[in-house]
Amino acid sequence: MSTATDPTTTENWHPEDEAPNTIGGIFSAYVARLRGGDVGSLPAVLGLVVLFAVFSILRPDTFPTAYNIGNLLGQSAGIVVLAMGLIFVLLLGEIDLGAGFTGGVSAGAMGIVLSRHGWPVFPSIIVGLLVGAVIGLFIGVLVSRLGIPSFVVTLATFLGLQGVLLKQTGAGGTIPLQNDFIIKLNNGNVAVWLGWVLAVVIVVAYVVGTFLSMSRRRSAGLTAESTLQWALKAGTVTVVVLAVTFYLSRERGPHPALKSIKGLPISLLIMVGLLLILSFALARTTWGRHVYAVGGNAEAARRAGINVPMIKLSCFVVASVLAAVAGILLASRTNSVSPTTGGGTTLLYAVGAAVIGGTSLFGGKGRIIDALIGGIVVKVIDNGMGLLDQDQGTVWMVTGVVLLLAASVDAISRRRASSSGRV
Amino acid sequence: MSVETPERTGPTGPNTQPLLSLRGIQKSFGAVHVLRGVDLDVRPGRVTALVGDNGAGKSTLIKGIAGIHPFDEGDYSFDGRPVKVHGPKDSSALGIEVVYQDLALCDNLDVVHNMFLGREITKGGLVDEDTMEKRARETLDGLSVRTLASVRTHVAALSGGQRQTVAIARSVLWNSKVVILDEPTAALGVAQTEQVLKLVRRLADRGLGVVLISHNLNDVFEVADDIAILYLGAMVGQVETADYTREQIVTAITTGQLPAKTGGAA
Repeated sequence: MSTATDPTTTENWHPEDEAPNTIGGIFSAYVARLRGGDVGSLPAVLGLVVLFAVFSILRPDTFPTAYNIGNLLGQSAGIVVLAMGLIFVLLLGEIDLGAGFTGGVSAGAMGIVLSRHGWPVFPSIIVGLLVGAVIGLFIGVLVSRLGIPSFVVTLATFLGLQGVLLKQTGAGGTIPLQNDFIIKLNNGNVAVWLGWVLAVVIVVAYVVGTFLSMSRRRSAGLTAESTLQWALKAGTVTVVVLAVTFYLSRERGPHPALKSIKGLPISLLIMVGLLLILSFALARTTWGRHVYAVGGNAEAARRAGINVPMIKLSCFVVASVLAAVAGILLASRTNSVSPTTGGGTTLLYAVGAAVIGGTSLFGGKGRIIDALIGGIVVKVIDNGMGLLDQDQGTVWMVTGVVLLLAASVDAISRRRASSSGRV
Repeated sequence: MSVETPERTGPTGPNTQPLLSLRGIQKSFGAVHVLRGVDLDVRPGRVTALVGDNGAGKSTLIKGIAGIHPFDEGDYSFDGRPVKVHGPKDSSALGIEVVYQDLALCDNLDVVHNMFLGREITKGGLVDEDTMEKRARETLDGLSVRTLASVRTHVAALSGGQRQTVAIARSVLWNSKVVILDEPTAALGVAQTEQVLKLVRRLADRGLGVVLISHNLNDVFEVADDIAILYLGAMVGQVETADYTREQIVTAITTGQLPAKTGGAA
């Protein structure tokens, strides 16, 4: 601000628009934000670091290996993408209990036309996504036009779609997916050079893009982050992206002579691609702004001329299409569609992932990256406990405790916020 | 200054041509006859207080002006021309903005997003944050708002007075000519009430017609140029604040009879 206005006059000088430009300043600004009830993804990131450290210490030979990390990303993909879709619904303060089976049925439809009718792969995938869109449209119309609570509507779709999936697969049967492309989606890796190219493109685009935006805003006299804040963020992104790429670009197969495994997993690229596209849609389009507005105060949004039912409808459609993508990834992982694809704990893990990542079930608060961080936390517990030879009972109990911790952090930060007079 | 409020330089006395003029307004909800021939004039550069006891019809009157519940009968004219207002879009097209008591702000969005809610500025199909932030800042500066630290603060973190300020600033952002404020000080402390009343005064000084609905006669006598008194759906009268005392206005509100003017200001 002070760069554009004359700093000697206090007329239009807004000291709190100044971004902190020392490490201490950034830290205390962050603490102030936490106190204000905005914890963001911090608990999830800390949790992830702790879990990684604990499992790496307990199972140094297996957990932190590149092979296992690559595996972990593939295991997470379905949950993460499902959670990304759910975030659109959670942002409105709604829920989609049937999203897991929406994914299962969509993958089932794709499998049927692909394997039983011999359709080419891309039309088959389109069929799967369309089935997801139609299910989302159905839920969205019932919720936004008829006003039936989404909990009830999607409880019904949860039960109903489970039945549809059972009919699709035939009792006890499965739909095999014998297509290289589909199987590679969640099992394959891209060539090492391609992984590096994509990593460098992302890093350069982020670093240059955020720098240009910072400079432009600063010279226009708008609120902008300080150069130090930018450098910290840009540095973190660069290190994380390049470190992951480096780690996964090495040979990581257990028997390299028989089967070489190296390069970034395709599932990781799908997750990152969706993360970028969906975050952009939420942050930079009017539609995204209106989603947050409807979740924050639907009445205010309505009075501001926002078409609230249309926003709700669109969010359910987006959620279900992403559920279809998740279903296809889950089916790709197991090379088949079974009556349990998208069933079991899938949906609950995805909701848990969003909440652990920092998305609120009360609506209005959440980001797409929450799904990625939270989903990986959930799957790290699954994966690490498995390597510790713990039974499924223990895994679920630990996951439950972690979810409770995350929810407590959210609730406590809310209470702090309201007790400090900040609703 | 990009706030597109025309600076009115002409006289803004009690005989200026009204911006908004209502004559013989009637409104019923089923068998309930809520407004019975109400007249009201809102003049540029003046704060008109709308007072009346609960159930006098104040809310119905402003909802009619805003087009939420259009009037059944009566003449509605704006800037001297008769107009038809059938919905909220019609009234905002005329330049009438209403700040409701509950403010209609989204706690989870920052000040800029709230001010542009539903009317975001876009560039190439994308939200133009830079332009919006700039205009929000200019509007707040133009209203001499000093109480708001950063326009990127989330509304959840603002005090009641600051929220009211944001809601009022939002209403003047859109080239509005008449701003209607529904009990803007009802939930505020003394210092914040003072700030909001000053802001109300500044709106009028910029040439807007301001309608202030209030139960608090202290507020009314502090900022209003004239007072319109509703009693059981009928207009007792629209009078100059300076011509009456507080007690006389209370009498008018409670009995529906306006005492003879004394000329003594309260």
